[in-house]
Amino acid sequence: MLILGIESSCDETGLALYDTKQGLLSHALHSQIEMHAEYGGVVPELASRDHIRRALPLTRHVLNQAGKTLQDIDGIAYTQGPGLSGALLVGTSIAEALAFSLNLPTIGVHHLEGHLLAPLLEANPPAFPFVALLVSGGHTQLMRVSAIGDYELLGDTLDDAAGEAFDKTAKLLGLSYPGGPAISRLASQGTAGACQLPRPMLNNGDLNFSFSGLKTAVLTLVNQYGNQLDEQAKADIAYEFQEAVTEVLTKKCMAALRNTGLDQLIVSGGVGANARLRERLDAATKRRHCHVHYPRLEFCTDNGAMIAFAGAMRMQHAHISDHGFTVRPRWDLAELQTP
Amino acid sequence: MAQDFTLTLPDEAATLAFGEKLARVLEPGLNLYLHGDLGAGKTTLVRGILRALGHAGKVKSPTYTLVEPYTVSRLNLYHFDLYRFIDPEEWDAAGFRDYFNPQSLCLVEWPEKAQELLPAPDIDVRIQPMGQGRHIRLIANTDSGKQCLENLNSV
Repeated sequence: MLILGIESSCDETGLALYDTKQGLLSHALHSQIEMHAEYGGVVPELASRDHIRRALPLTRHVLNQAGKTLQDIDGIAYTQGPGLSGALLVGTSIAEALAFSLNLPTIGVHHLEGHLLAPLLEANPPAFPFVALLVSGGHTQLMRVSAIGDYELLGDTLDDAAGEAFDKTAKLLGLSYPGGPAISRLASQGTAGACQLPRPMLNNGDLNFSFSGLKTAVLTLVNQYGNQLDEQAKADIAYEFQEAVTEVLTKKCMAALRNTGLDQLIVSGGVGANARLRERLDAATKRRHCHVHYPRLEFCTDNGAMIAFAGAMRMQHAHISDHGFTVRPRWDLAELQTP
Repeated sequence: MAQDFTLTLPDEAATLAFGEKLARVLEPGLNLYLHGDLGAGKTTLVRGILRALGHAGKVKSPTYTLVEPYTVSRLNLYHFDLYRFIDPEEWDAAGFRDYFNPQSLCLVEWPEKAQELLPAPDIDVRIQPMGQGRHIRLIANTDSGKQCLENLNSV
């Protein structure tokens, strides 16, 4: 079964073709990051307009890459939510219109289910059940994944997502958007112990996170440095900030493995691309004889491949669509059911 | 009637406690702008307000979702964060105008991002860092805003 996947929930337009026998055939991405960079964030209206311009050329591109035509497709999967409603509507309408004209079934995919399953696109994927850390600009969640559609929330952020903390800290330090790569680059020039930041919720006994206080602590540090906030001071803050976030994420992942009695961890979402986080998780899981799986770097951030894959997994079980559609800008992952 | 209210909040707990106090005088139909830089404590204040209104769950930053809706004891509360807006026109595009009605209490972070398209505030709340603490100032712009601050003085 050949599935076309369309992702348009935020600032990336992603298209991909996944075949249930041959695996991922092709994928393409157009990122709007450059366009958004000067504004320090994602702009909903700009995002929708750009998705409209990019979706069809990218569709043609992935078909050509795989040597397929529209007539070879057996079904279309698209991100139905959560995300920016205007952006979601673009992908959804294109998917439903295309499917209607080709008389194909469609399936609306939960964006986070896509991220959650992305590591299964790699060689030697983990078998269910496993613990998943979803960590991005909009989310920081620990889940127990027992099967496709069977997700139990173990922990969540009480305020800011980890990626949001990276973006806002970058802004406080005068760095570029997205904040993650900018902070990581600068952190490599930082000195350990030059300044101190808290490790929020590290030992509070549950699996929840809180990153809002960390952002405030960075603001306090920046104000304390005042005129002395030179490049070295910024690098020291970036270093300490990255240490604080990655330490909390790593320890909570290990606690989640301990609490569930599972020995496999998967990490997905944009912050999952952070090299320091991977270094820490690799070491911690090795010490405990557990295994950690990551998607390849390009599938940490939003992409069409994960949507095509999640859609294919669900569409293998019968699915009927009447091409009536709605988007779900706010949609709880735990509401999903097994297909 | 009171037009102005100022207070020094020594720490985060004090910001939460002030939010709880403020909650007692907030009425449906009011519109508050929350001003203050990143990390000033705008969302913390909203958390205090929601807690006092009986919301037991999380109060997440609305930076990525743009608005977080809450239905609490006696009103609909909408917590907006327009930080990511660049063009005020996005306010209309997002359909947020409909959220402002006599049944809802609207709290708006980064209101300047929507400029004059946003309904005028009954109360401007300004939060400024002062060392570890915060200086908070409430300015009433309408009669219902003034009444609210008047009531705040007697809480």
